[in-house]
Amino acid sequence: MNTTILLFLVQDGITNGAIYALLGLALVLVFAVTRVILIPQGEFVTYGALTYASLASGQMPGTAKLALAMGIVAFAFDLVAARKALHGRLIARSFLTNIVLPGIVLAVTLYFAGQKPPVAVSMALSLVIVALIGLSLYRIVFQPLAHTSVLVLLIASVGVHLALQGLGLLFFGAEGQRGPAVLSTAFTAGSLRFTGQSITVYGITIAFIVGLWLFFGLTLYGKALRATAVNRLGARLAGIRTTLSGQIAFLLASVIGALSGILIVPITTLYYDSGFLIGLKGFVAAIIGGLVSYPLTAAAALVVGLVEAFSSFYASNYKEVIVFMLLIPVLLLRSFAAPAVEEEKD
Amino acid sequence: MSALLSVTDAHVAYGKVEAVRSVSLEVGTNEIVTIVGANGAGKTTLLSAIMGILPLKGRVTFAGEDLARLDIEDRVAMGLGLVPEHRELFVTMNVEDNLELGAFRIERSRARASIERVYALFPRLKERRKQLAGTLSGGEQQMLAMGRALMGEPKLLMLDEPSLGLAPIIVADIFRIVAELRASGVSVLLVEQNAQAALKIADHAYVMELGEFALSGRAAEVAANERVAASYLGFQHEGTSAL
Repeated sequence: MNTTILLFLVQDGITNGAIYALLGLALVLVFAVTRVILIPQGEFVTYGALTYASLASGQMPGTAKLALAMGIVAFAFDLVAARKALHGRLIARSFLTNIVLPGIVLAVTLYFAGQKPPVAVSMALSLVIVALIGLSLYRIVFQPLAHTSVLVLLIASVGVHLALQGLGLLFFGAEGQRGPAVLSTAFTAGSLRFTGQSITVYGITIAFIVGLWLFFGLTLYGKALRATAVNRLGARLAGIRTTLSGQIAFLLASVIGALSGILIVPITTLYYDSGFLIGLKGFVAAIIGGLVSYPLTAAAALVVGLVEAFSSFYASNYKEVIVFMLLIPVLLLRSFAAPAVEEEKD
Repeated sequence: MSALLSVTDAHVAYGKVEAVRSVSLEVGTNEIVTIVGANGAGKTTLLSAIMGILPLKGRVTFAGEDLARLDIEDRVAMGLGLVPEHRELFVTMNVEDNLELGAFRIERSRARASIERVYALFPRLKERRKQLAGTLSGGEQQMLAMGRALMGEPKLLMLDEPSLGLAPIIVADIFRIVAELRASGVSVLLVEQNAQAALKIADHAYVMELGEFALSGRAAEVAANERVAASYLGFQHEGTSAL
């Protein structure tokens, strides 16, 4: 192996690792706040990527309609929940976020669908559509189950993953798609070629991580989210609604997922079911971080990306096997180091 | 004048076991009411149910409103606060963040003023403002838990065993602050095993035994009751026997 190949593999590994880091952080966040192991994180990736790619190629993405349909169901849930005490203001707010907003987004998407909008418009629309789906998903599936055990939540999570994957096949077909690069420039430094897209991946990942760090460290809502993760009862006694924390967590996770998808769809062809595997690699990083540590998760994600890059060079047939095998020593080590974790009772 | 908190014929059950049976109590404004009783009498269960953590059969009204359909968070917003026995602090966050979150439902400008009031009440917390809650001593954690609850501007603060496991000097401090709270317009519902200290500062007292109120009355009268003195205050009057 010469240095050019080595550097190329390292660059490739870091680019993928950055994406896994984003996904891993979202998984840790959602788990800490809601105890949900978010298997459908991968579907947020594919939905974001393929919505973006469809819009860019002048097609109408079915996800925009899904966002409205799910919004209607979520609104119906809110109505049923509020039947005993009808608060006009709350219902108006639910109507706005669940029906009016997705309705406007659908209209805008329809308007742009035939005419290949600029990259920024496709990107913004894809993010909003997936964010709306993420929010409704929490309202419809996970909020009603919030009091149940981690296992029940996990089973629901697997169900949601299968359902969304099936809908993905319906919306986008079995063909893979690629999207346009966010930045199409490229430059060379020595023997290394940096594409505009990989620079975008680094830039956005770093910006997002810094943004999350500021959000959690400085803002009241960020702190409230952390508080819910640390002590759910304590947070409720301080007046912080578990539902609100769950909504914010799902909103962040869906935006992070969609963004990751938009960032990688110019680099690799994505299919309706590609997200699962990508999400799982973020999951490997999250597990290495013990589903609690953000810095450890980010570092582990880079390792996962690098291991993947090198194993696809040396043993491309086994690259997934090698990546997932990383879990075995980590789990062994953790099971020796940590005392048995009991199911939280609440 | 109607009571601030009024509980009528409350039953609380864990599965089939009824831990609280047919309990009624009232807390007025500017009043310290204490519930004393042995370990396992159902005191903590009753407080948890009033807060909405456990389901309660019966009627609970606070500031004239029926609490039946309200979540914990709504009750907090109405001005009902609970400092639970296990304190439930945000241990990986610092003192200041814990306090700030206590005022989650309060306007920001008012929250900044309340944090200064809490620091005046507990100067120790101000010294430790940047320290993680999990690294505080037991007494400081109790102060932080009370401070966090006070940040929510409660009309009624429910304290569950605030003196448990603390050094006597800190216990005295905490009881002094409870008395100060009443002076500043906060009513207190105090659950204590340390009956002597609780009865000394309370206006009204209930004695809880096996899930029911065995006795109630003005705190001084309850303290003077021979049976109470024998079983909870640790001294034996002549001619009385323990229960």
